[in-house]
Amino acid sequence: MKRAATILLGNPLSCLGLILVGFVVLTALLADFIAPYPEHAGAVVDFLNANKPPSSDYWLGTDVVGRDQLSRIFFAYRISLILGVVVLTISVPIGVTVGLLAGYLSGWTEYLLMRITDVFLSIPPLVLALAIMGLLEPTLINGMIAVTAMWWPWYARLVYNITRAEKVEGYVLAAEVIGAGKVHIMFREILPNSLPAIITKMTLDFGFVILIASSLSFLGLGVQAPTPDLGSMVSDGTRYLPDSWWLTVFPGLAILIAVFGFNLIGDVLREVLEPDL
Amino acid sequence: MKSIVSAVAKRLATTAIVLFGVSILIFLIARIIPGDPARIALGPRATVEQVERMRETLHLNDSIFVQYGYFVGDFLRGDLGISLYTNRPVMTDIAQFLPATLELVLLAGFFMVSIGLPLGAIAARYRGGWADHTIRIITLLTVSAPAFVWAVILVLLFSYYTPLFPIAGRIHETISIAPVTRFMLIDTLIAGRLDGFLSALHHLILPAFALSLSGIGQAARLTRSNMVEVYTQPYIEMAQSYGFSERRIASKFAFKPSLIPSLTIIGLDFAALLGNAFLVENIFAWPGISRYGVGVILQKDLNAIVGTVMIISATFLIANIVVDLLVAVINPRIRYAEQSD
Repeated sequence: MKRAATILLGNPLSCLGLILVGFVVLTALLADFIAPYPEHAGAVVDFLNANKPPSSDYWLGTDVVGRDQLSRIFFAYRISLILGVVVLTISVPIGVTVGLLAGYLSGWTEYLLMRITDVFLSIPPLVLALAIMGLLEPTLINGMIAVTAMWWPWYARLVYNITRAEKVEGYVLAAEVIGAGKVHIMFREILPNSLPAIITKMTLDFGFVILIASSLSFLGLGVQAPTPDLGSMVSDGTRYLPDSWWLTVFPGLAILIAVFGFNLIGDVLREVLEPDL
Repeated sequence: MKSIVSAVAKRLATTAIVLFGVSILIFLIARIIPGDPARIALGPRATVEQVERMRETLHLNDSIFVQYGYFVGDFLRGDLGISLYTNRPVMTDIAQFLPATLELVLLAGFFMVSIGLPLGAIAARYRGGWADHTIRIITLLTVSAPAFVWAVILVLLFSYYTPLFPIAGRIHETISIAPVTRFMLIDTLIAGRLDGFLSALHHLILPAFALSLSGIGQAARLTRSNMVEVYTQPYIEMAQSYGFSERRIASKFAFKPSLIPSLTIIGLDFAALLGNAFLVENIFAWPGISRYGVGVILQKDLNAIVGTVMIISATFLIANIVVDLLVAVINPRIRYAEQSD
């Protein structure tokens, strides 16, 4: 933990990443207090101030019904972060367990689990999420289900590859020789050694979950109005290009800032924790 | 040839199994949703008798295994059912919309390889230097925004503010081309319209570039890391001590071996391109599978959703076989193994 902190603070790229992620997390947590117009997170209509370019009153302009875009972006970050936390806390344990079982137990278990993983990986992620979203109702919960369904196979594959490499290492053989159980070897011996790779991937993925979730709502299949969401803000704004450019450009940049922040941190972590990958 | 043939045969078998799995998965998703598909298809005003007749035609009264049997049988005959959204066979709809998407995806794939690989190679050749750092930041940026954000930014910059590229559409509106393959670049050539071909290409470049940006970043990052690993091999040091120029070492000894693992992963990225095409088509009003796909999803058009996902997955799996073939052809281990047969 201490080592990771030293690494992240010692590199200018990850410092920038920490600043960006810190900004996103703080604005999301404190949105009620720091947003200039917290009530604009809901279904407020103010036609007098509709579709205004950036000004000192509305730093990032207003949307077509007169809501402050800056405030809405802060609240949208909150939704994005919740989604990221939920999706990863569900999909990572599933993927890790599948990967460990398939990698360690080999034989039919391996074949079956990895073919199932392949099936999920061979449907383009966005298309799979779209199909699930379309067949269920487009709500936040279903959005999480859809994104989770497409996320676990990547962890299954990552942990599978690590497990296959680790199970012939001395410490695993030693544990087998002294009669340790399979579950113990998988979860107490191999898992701790794959943690750096898993944590690095999770950091990178936090950004990508935000990205995919915004893509779903961009297509009208994500979080529903009036809940603020970065993807649907961009989507609503495209009809007013090029004149009302702030409607699309600012929410778009907001996505970029959040995802870029997580990617910077993840990239530096990867370089230091897994120099051979 | 033997080893390549057996590699392909093995690959085809795995692909068939995976596609079979995809069909089960999609079928299950489509059947576990709440609501009666027949009722959804006919709408709330249909009578009970009408719904019952529809259930009979859709085989909904049979067991789930029988239903799946019908589904697979129809699929193998190229019959994906009727779309409730367009009232036409789903296959006809897909045949109409998919080529426009594929055209976009193929050019994006070309950009991804022709820009991403050299960028990664440059970064690896000058690893640790300013070029490496610049490329690292640029590629991290390109993978950090969804394709629709890049599409919006590119359209603003290069269509509105500096009108270099058309804003939307596949071809100039005054040019009409008879659809044959529905690939605009091919159809214009069949029609012998060079102006049409150039116009179609002109319309294609910006959306394809927007689609390819994150792929370019991924390809570059992958190539860099694979090539940096090759640079640690003893034979590179040997080449250096022989006095080969750094440029020759980079292109001949370091880049080529790194190409094999990179290409395999780039094949997987093809799935992302197919999915992200949905986002880009939306901004450029591109008449591809996206509008149809989103339309049928919003209408809960079961046949069309299942059909579209099946066809897109099959396309992706075929693309991966092509990539594997390419890798087999350029991989000396496989090539030389076959000479010694």
